[in-house]
Amino acid sequence: MHAADLETIEIDLFLNALYQRYGYDFRQYAQASIRRRIKHFQARTHYKRISDLIPAVLYDEAFAHSAIHDFSIMVTEMFRDPTFYNAVREKALPYLKTFPFIKIWHAGCATGEEVYSLAIVLQEEGLYDRATIFATDFNDSALQTAREGIYALKEIRQYTKNYQQAGGTRSFADYYHAQYESAIMEQSLKKNVTFANHNLVTDGVFSEVHLIFCRNVLIYFDKTLQNRVLNLFADSLSYGGFLCLGSKETLRFSDVQERFKVIDDHEKIYQKCTT
Amino acid sequence: MRRYQLVVMGVSAGGTTALKILLPSFPADYPLPIIVVQHLHPTQTNFLVTHFNAQCALTVKEADEKEPLLPGILYFAPPNYHLLIEPDRTLSLSIDEKVNYSRPSIDVLFESAAIVYKTGVIGVVMTGANNDGAAGLRAIKEYGGLAVVQDPATAEVPYMPQAAMAATSVDHVLPLADIGALLREKAQLLL
Ligand SMILES: C[S@@+](CC[C@H](N)C(=O)[O-])C[C@H]1O[C@@H](n2cnc3c(N)ncnc32)[C@H](O)[C@@H]1O
Repeated sequence: MHAADLETIEIDLFLNALYQRYGYDFRQYAQASIRRRIKHFQARTHYKRISDLIPAVLYDEAFAHSAIHDFSIMVTEMFRDPTFYNAVREKALPYLKTFPFIKIWHAGCATGEEVYSLAIVLQEEGLYDRATIFATDFNDSALQTAREGIYALKEIRQYTKNYQQAGGTRSFADYYHAQYESAIMEQSLKKNVTFANHNLVTDGVFSEVHLIFCRNVLIYFDKTLQNRVLNLFADSLSYGGFLCLGSKETLRFSDVQERFKVIDDHEKIYQKCTT
Repeated sequence: MRRYQLVVMGVSAGGTTALKILLPSFPADYPLPIIVVQHLHPTQTNFLVTHFNAQCALTVKEADEKEPLLPGILYFAPPNYHLLIEPDRTLSLSIDEKVNYSRPSIDVLFESAAIVYKTGVIGVVMTGANNDGAAGLRAIKEYGGLAVVQDPATAEVPYMPQAAMAATSVDHVLPLADIGALLREKAQLLL
């Protein structure tokens, strides 16, 4: 048997061990990328084989959690894909403005940059005070950073540029204050946000939300898991609610395609049909 | 039977000029899928895909998430995403950290291609100013694939081909024009 195929078996067994022992289920993640993460993690240990990691995660909880932490890719930024935020302003928010209150779910919010970006847009559009925002991820340390809302000042230049391209109407500096090397996000952006742990693979629906952001999370899942999670979103949304995916993610060819109308094909904004 | 089932290419600095010479040399019925990782500014590529699609007999497109690999199609990695190959021979994207300061990274594509296609992959490293592609080409060789490098003497920026040659024993070191001919020959049916 080829070494690569042996390694595939090891990965399979390792992911099963993590799942059975801790309930974290990576078995339906896109394989090429989870394989890279595992090897990347292994390279920083003294273990020679991926199968050597199995007893280590079974008997050492802290070690297992460092692995799980490593498998969640927290790369994110404020106003990633600026034109997407323009499209949200123009195509989704006008409809949501007709509601007395709106419930929003950021699924896979990572360290929170996306949550603060949308909060800024909601404030500028006069919708923030009517909004209840749930921001979830399965990575607790990412959620902790998100809650604090403190980011490296050196990123702010890029974020300011993104904000302007995203149709921002004020000065980006209004939304944070700088302290030493940090940018601390305005308290007023946090007040309606609840950060909470939620695992898209193993946890259930949210009820009656009007807007879901789930960006750059589905690319890490295989087709079957993508469909499971998309069904979860479709069931969580109220009729006429919006689903926003990452720029390389699509409902086309998915199980829930029929339940949604395409609002912006390029920016991946969909609306749940009203019947 | 064909000896090879996939061509993967990596180019960086000087790449657009090199691709303009190499890519139009493939016939429309080239029997293997081709994947190109080019290091570009995050907003640059749509233009290139359109340009090459017009200039090439092959169908040229940006790779889509979970898209199956088909012969006669040339896939560009989208800017700002890594491009990988899944065991079922579909494409997947990720926004993981940059590798060799690059996203997309040539190493990421090449390593996943080697794992899935093993002896069936041809890797090509061309002009560029960093060492992305070197570890990837080594992986392709380790799994029994074919390693091709643009002759550094003919590359606009020789560093990347040189780094690849230092990393593994390369099968063919060729000027651009000959790379096209070799890739057509290697795609033939075995008799
Ligand atoms: C690449 S980040 C995307 C962050 C942000 N949405 C963006 O587009 O910039 C992916 C996030 O998905 C989270 N994630 C991965 N699998 C998950 C799961 N099963 N349940 C919840 N979150 C998950 C990771 O922890 C990570 O924070």
